[in-house]
Amino acid sequence: MSRYEELDATALRNAIQKGERSARQTILEAFERIDALDPALHVFLNTQRQAALARAGELDQRLAAGEKPGALFGVPVALKANMCLAGVETNCGSRILAGYRPPYTATFVQRLLDAGAIVVGMTNMDEFAMGSSSENSAFGPTRNPWDPSRSPGGSSSGSAVAVAAGMVPLALGSDTGGSVRQPAALCGIYGFKPTYGRVSRFGLIAFGSSLDQVSPFARSTRDVELAMSVISGLDENDATCFPEPALEPEATPDASSLAGLRVGVPKEYFPDVLARDVRDRCEAAIQRLRDLGAQIVETSLPHTQYAIPTYYVVATAEASSNLARYDGVRYGLRADGDGTLQGMFAATREKGFGPEVKRRILLGTYVLSAGYYDAWYGRALKVRALLRRDFEQAFEKVDVIVGPTSPTAAFRLGEKADDPVAMYLCDILTTPVSLAGIPGLSVPVGFVEDGGRKLPVGMQIVGPWKGDARVLRVARAYEMATEYAKAAPPMAALVPPKNPAATKTVSSGEGASRGART
Amino acid sequence: MSTTATKWVPVIGLEVHCQLDTHTKLFCGCAYRFGAPPNTLTCPRCTGQPGALPVLNREALTLAVRTALALGADVAPWSKFDRKNYFYCDLPKGYQISQYDRPFCSGGGITLPSGKRVRLTRIHLEEDAGKAVHDRGDTTLVDLNRSGVPLIESVTEADMTSSQEAHDYLTALKEILQYIGASHCDMEKGELRCDVNVSVHPEGEPWRAKVEVKNVNSFRFVQQAIDHEIARQIEAYESGDPSRYPVQETRLFDSAKGVTRTMRSKEDAHDYRYFAEPDLPPVHVDAAFIERQRSFLPELPAARRERYQKAFGLSPYDAGVIVSHRALADFFETSVRLSGKPKECANWITNEILRAFGEPDVGVASVDEMAMKPNDLAEMIALIEKGVLHNNAGRQLLRAMMKTGKRAKALVEELGLAQVQDAGAIEKWCRDALVGKDAIVADVKAGKTNAINALLGPVMKASGGKANPQVVRETLLRIIEKGA
Repeated sequence: MSRYEELDATALRNAIQKGERSARQTILEAFERIDALDPALHVFLNTQRQAALARAGELDQRLAAGEKPGALFGVPVALKANMCLAGVETNCGSRILAGYRPPYTATFVQRLLDAGAIVVGMTNMDEFAMGSSSENSAFGPTRNPWDPSRSPGGSSSGSAVAVAAGMVPLALGSDTGGSVRQPAALCGIYGFKPTYGRVSRFGLIAFGSSLDQVSPFARSTRDVELAMSVISGLDENDATCFPEPALEPEATPDASSLAGLRVGVPKEYFPDVLARDVRDRCEAAIQRLRDLGAQIVETSLPHTQYAIPTYYVVATAEASSNLARYDGVRYGLRADGDGTLQGMFAATREKGFGPEVKRRILLGTYVLSAGYYDAWYGRALKVRALLRRDFEQAFEKVDVIVGPTSPTAAFRLGEKADDPVAMYLCDILTTPVSLAGIPGLSVPVGFVEDGGRKLPVGMQIVGPWKGDARVLRVARAYEMATEYAKAAPPMAALVPPKNPAATKTVSSGEGASRGART
Repeated sequence: MSTTATKWVPVIGLEVHCQLDTHTKLFCGCAYRFGAPPNTLTCPRCTGQPGALPVLNREALTLAVRTALALGADVAPWSKFDRKNYFYCDLPKGYQISQYDRPFCSGGGITLPSGKRVRLTRIHLEEDAGKAVHDRGDTTLVDLNRSGVPLIESVTEADMTSSQEAHDYLTALKEILQYIGASHCDMEKGELRCDVNVSVHPEGEPWRAKVEVKNVNSFRFVQQAIDHEIARQIEAYESGDPSRYPVQETRLFDSAKGVTRTMRSKEDAHDYRYFAEPDLPPVHVDAAFIERQRSFLPELPAARRERYQKAFGLSPYDAGVIVSHRALADFFETSVRLSGKPKECANWITNEILRAFGEPDVGVASVDEMAMKPNDLAEMIALIEKGVLHNNAGRQLLRAMMKTGKRAKALVEELGLAQVQDAGAIEKWCRDALVGKDAIVADVKAGKTNAINALLGPVMKASGGKANPQVVRETLLRIIEKGA
């Protein structure tokens, strides 16, 4: 029997369903892994050990009683700390929401639970999902399992690392401008941002409402599909969620072939800032797609250079409004200030928000202000329409578009922390897709070497509006032809010496690194 | 100095918020009830919990569209919601979802009884805020029950020139909204709230600075606030001291003193940073939907008033009184259909029913609470017509019906209200009454028939009020003439 950390969600579910392992044993192994690695990686803001064990025991009983298991039966999952699960602290990586326990459960979380998933905890993130490195979390950064001196990317840092380090096979993040795709690339796993509207946002704490999308991390494309089949589909609680039923994989006569597929490669996605070795890995991946039968077509997305400024106007404008509710009146932190109402608002927000959140609230407030709206927010909306049109025109001639997910592999913590603009450039290849509302999947395409460490590289596969299943089909064929997604980070060095007593429930209780291939 | 006084022309516009009478709030499934214990009618959406999203209430849109149609406004084929951003403790999201540049309708208006036309600029849909309670010691308490309740804000053109016109406009608007079931417009419950815009200028000159007066929460206060503003502004201009001239500002009406005072100047005006609400897609309204809503509109008050005068011969006053309340008008109309006696129905309603409302021994405050049905009134009128009841007994019966809701016939029986038809009994009471009244008999015989009135009372008393006064009168005359 394979070790817990080697199994993807589909395999775990199958094993539990067949009685090869119990849900309870699975959860115990998940927590053993979490206990071993979290001190070094700082993935979780809180864990739900007792609740998860109780639920696992209950699921085992239900299975024994003959209940038909759901699609994620017994699968441990992690949630980004901006997702609501009634009664469980979710603080968005912010002091202003420290201790906040939502009174309701998000639609997509409820769907996970209904499918039999077990929530093990809430993961670390850049505060309010604003950041690309985890360094904006009020509770300290998360570390990249491939090199703990480096960032795992962000903002869904903890969820990405939870999956990459084998703590859970599946985790949810949220992607506003690249917050799932970029950490997936930097951690060597899959991160899929669906078409905007595919997954209900009800219960996802908003950053940029017109951009936010719940997005899964996984170690296999079939797990991405599995997660999407559970969490997607119409929800009457979210008026922006479109009416299609849950996402189904695209039917294809030969999943390993891409014959007839037209793959667009936009020249704008290979800019000067792109690291040489990252470019090489992506070009090799594109060659592999050609080998699989795809036709490679050079294409152009001429307004790409405006995506970053447009994104930082649109997202911050929405954020300035979305974050207005953190005023100390109803929940979260309250600082009294000078005792007046305005004083309480100001003191609460001054004390509760970190510097990056404040920067973005100020920026967003400015671009919506009377006299500046037309020049900033109004203009950004127009450029957003041009970016959308770029994609529409490109997709008249190609079926998918590919390019690097991130211009570099994982960077060192602290490297960009004092340079917001350098940090914003991490999103240069993901924000156009977000602004267009179309699906994008980051796929592991190999490694680069830096300082004696192997660091993963991700390639983004972008589909047209609602073309989610097509994106996943291309990734599936690439996955079948390569081994990159199966590589696990070298984490043995991170694990403190084992206490044998703690491993008695685990079948083979040694070694924390996933797989022997590294 | 000029000897002719300047003729000042007031310019008045109104912004009226009305609470839509929906089953649930505008963007969530909470019901709203005035006076419910604080924070008991709330959910994650209307308390602004992180991650909660608004979902538009179709019933609110339906009522809004009916309002637009009743006011002759153009319903926009598409409209959108916007966020109005400001901080206040009763505003849970830090923004109000409203409509800024694409309201659901524009145009329309109301013709006042005077014939004056007041045009509407626009009407938009928005959510209400909660309530901040400041008078409980040194803390402020927040009640979010009202948060998210649907409002329509209607904005008039500055077409009115007197407080009376403003009053007439509000009265007509309230009637129409009540008629179409869009709003109860009960000002005491905050279901209708009014902001007033007032300026004055010398006749023939351009308009001058406009003052907005907020917090005017009764029709009488609207009139007072307007009259006070007009007088204040004219006095300020006529002082000749430019430093006292009115400036564009927002003022608050102090109902205790009947005056307005500065709330904030133009410089302090909020920058609401409106932008399109990303959580709600634009609202599309097609022609079929509009026509369907039009088909639900009842006959509106102005048309009804005219019909009651023309078809039923009611006086303008009676027609006005009856039409002012839709339930009353519906009661009237059904009574007329059942009795065939419009005048009698109108008289009983205006003279007796309305008067009895609020009297402690009747215990019914309005037609909505009244258990009596139109067929009871019709039956009572028929009983009077047939001579079974006289008017006084009818009045007694009416009050009993209002109070108990029992059927007319049962009550006539129960209360013994039917008139005595027994001629022998009446003759005996009359003969008893004539004993020792020779002076009256002499007067009657001398042609002063009115002298007989002095005898009616005793006879009626003897009958327990059940004799028909006309029969008593005739009987007395007959006995006297026969020289008994």
